[in-house]
Amino acid sequence: MAAVQETVDRVRQIDVDQYRYGFETLIESDKAPKGLSEDTVRFISAKKNEPAWMLEWRLEAYRRWLTMTEPQWARVNYPKIDYQDLYYYSAPKPKKTIGSLDEIDPDILKTYEKLGIPLREVEVLEGVVRPEGQRKIAVDAVFDSVSVATTFQKELKQAGVIFMPISEAIREHPELVKKYLGTVVPTSDNYFATLNSAVFSDGSFVYVPPGVRCPMELSTYFRINERNTGQFERTLIIADKGSYVSYLEGCTAPQRDENQLHAAVVELVTHDDAEIKYSTVQNWYPGNSEGKGGIYNFVTKRGDCRGNNSKISWTQVETGSAITWKYPSCILRGDNSRGEFYSIAISNGHQQVDSGTKMIHLGKNTTSRIISKGIAAGVSQNTYRGLVTAHRKATGARNFTACDSLLIGDKCGAHTVPYVEAKNSSALFEHEATTSKISEDVLFYCVQRGLSQEEAVGLVVNGFVKDVLQQLPMEFAVEAQKLISISLEGSVG
Amino acid sequence: MTALLEVKDLKVRVEEREILHGLSLTVNPGEVHAIMGPNGSGKSTLSHVIAGKPGYEVTGGEILFRGEDLLEMSPDERAAKGVFLAFQYPVEIPGVATMNFLHVALNAQRKARGESQLTTPEFLKKAYAAAASLNIPRDMLKRGVNVGFSGGEKKRNEILQMALFEPAVCILDEMDSGLDIDALRVAADGVNALRSQGRAMVVITHYQRLLNYIVPDFVHVMSKGRVVKSGGKELALELEASGYAQFEDAA
Repeated sequence: MAAVQETVDRVRQIDVDQYRYGFETLIESDKAPKGLSEDTVRFISAKKNEPAWMLEWRLEAYRRWLTMTEPQWARVNYPKIDYQDLYYYSAPKPKKTIGSLDEIDPDILKTYEKLGIPLREVEVLEGVVRPEGQRKIAVDAVFDSVSVATTFQKELKQAGVIFMPISEAIREHPELVKKYLGTVVPTSDNYFATLNSAVFSDGSFVYVPPGVRCPMELSTYFRINERNTGQFERTLIIADKGSYVSYLEGCTAPQRDENQLHAAVVELVTHDDAEIKYSTVQNWYPGNSEGKGGIYNFVTKRGDCRGNNSKISWTQVETGSAITWKYPSCILRGDNSRGEFYSIAISNGHQQVDSGTKMIHLGKNTTSRIISKGIAAGVSQNTYRGLVTAHRKATGARNFTACDSLLIGDKCGAHTVPYVEAKNSSALFEHEATTSKISEDVLFYCVQRGLSQEEAVGLVVNGFVKDVLQQLPMEFAVEAQKLISISLEGSVG
Repeated sequence: MTALLEVKDLKVRVEEREILHGLSLTVNPGEVHAIMGPNGSGKSTLSHVIAGKPGYEVTGGEILFRGEDLLEMSPDERAAKGVFLAFQYPVEIPGVATMNFLHVALNAQRKARGESQLTTPEFLKKAYAAAASLNIPRDMLKRGVNVGFSGGEKKRNEILQMALFEPAVCILDEMDSGLDIDALRVAADGVNALRSQGRAMVVITHYQRLLNYIVPDFVHVMSKGRVVKSGGKELALELEASGYAQFEDAA
């Protein structure tokens, strides 16, 4: 917890609008013409040298999308998005063909350096001893619409793990992509997922072969840089029988006055006895203190526990975005499969969060656990929306849900909307929910012991979210803890 | 000699109602003062105002700490200067391990004083030693701050913090409330061990009982927002025998 003091120091260095990833990288980019049409879809597919089947898949999604309407049920308000006023593809213009990391545009490398993301493997290759507890992390860096670097490829290959940009996987492992893409989130799933299916440009692809425990954490860092550009990444992770992989994603974007659209799709598949642990630290630009700008984050994330005894665990720390619309879910298809959802969703300023999960129990003796911690400050609105269902054959299904909300100040709102459906009489679902305010007495106790008001809030909030932070890989937990304090800066008068 | 703590003609309001009507008190280093009085006499208000709790409006008088205007300082500045309040009802902070809390707080104070930060090993050594002297098991330090602590454990945790932070003035607000006689003795022993020439204590209590264990140098009787009588430790015994009623009219 020594991080607290450090955090506060850091917070002090940050301007009124706190967001410290708001810088822009000036770089030439290669863009698709503005707007969305079949031509845009063809353009993207051609840019990626995609096989014909992939183009067809996209076009089908695009045609489907034209018949759909934007969902309105979430508790978020935003002006109508003009889908013709966006760029759907933007790639940094390479100065020459890239053969190694050294040939990546130094401006892009600097961007990731500034973000604190290790794209260089050098120290490890040279056998430099790393501090204890620090594990290797393989990184795939996605800049606007394309992946610019994937590290540790060689080492992963030795273990048989495929970790590469999905655009490459479509070309190099078409049989795997064909077999799994769209099987968890079908192209017809929902408005934003369908849009993504038509225009996604990059993202990560992971395949872990049977019996392999992935030797390191895998991670992807998404960065939206270009103005008026939507980011539509697509991630597909497959854990074959008896395998294990832990995957992290981080997201940031420059500070801009206009809103930017982010509509990603993530699909996870676990076969028998396999496990995927998926962690997110989402810190898209949230907009300024008047609510201007910020990312619209409409994301579809779903995992399919296809095999028996398989497990999928989602952990998310959501601090950014002007609008968050996101429900990482688990389909518990295999018998004895297990789904977990651990979430910290923080809203400050004018942010609006509508987030939660779906646990769909199909197999026998399936279990799920939901721990959601919502923190609302400023004039923000924070909604937990969750669905837990047991289907007729889901004998012995079990769910435990705990939703806690913490309010800071008296102008924000916390809402909990749980849906519970049990069609099998042996299902046992538990739901607990609490809403509390940080009490004056607790804050006074802390400041009487020498903490500043801000340190006190940071400490109390970090205590509130501890159960979830514990689920994050250690490197991320420290980052997340700092992020939480920074996000709440200025939330107490 | 400058007094450690000087309260001069202090007038305090809470929501339009005046609670303290001109209270004065001078505390010198090494002294232990007991403040006694019935419910509603303003004892806790005094302790809160010295520590800087929000919600109180000072309408007159002043509080000096080593000659400096205490009322101008934020509560955390006061803590760093050496003002410590042992709470009557210590709060619970779920999810924050006691050990972390103590470490963060101590370093925050040290930082404010321009002192070096204690590393985790340095801090642990200090904390374990202090905990051992108060019979606090290490396991308790790993639990959330005061979460699931018994009344006695909460009070011992307050005294542990007193021992770690080494304040110049300790205000003990109704330390005896909710304690059985054994727990009271343990807590009082802890406090007595911290008595020193440079440190002063202000012990706020209803009952004489506590003063059998923490023997004061001075006793002040408060009634209706004022100190109505001051004397030596024998005054406490007198009160125990005759009650507060005799002072109600004097106020």
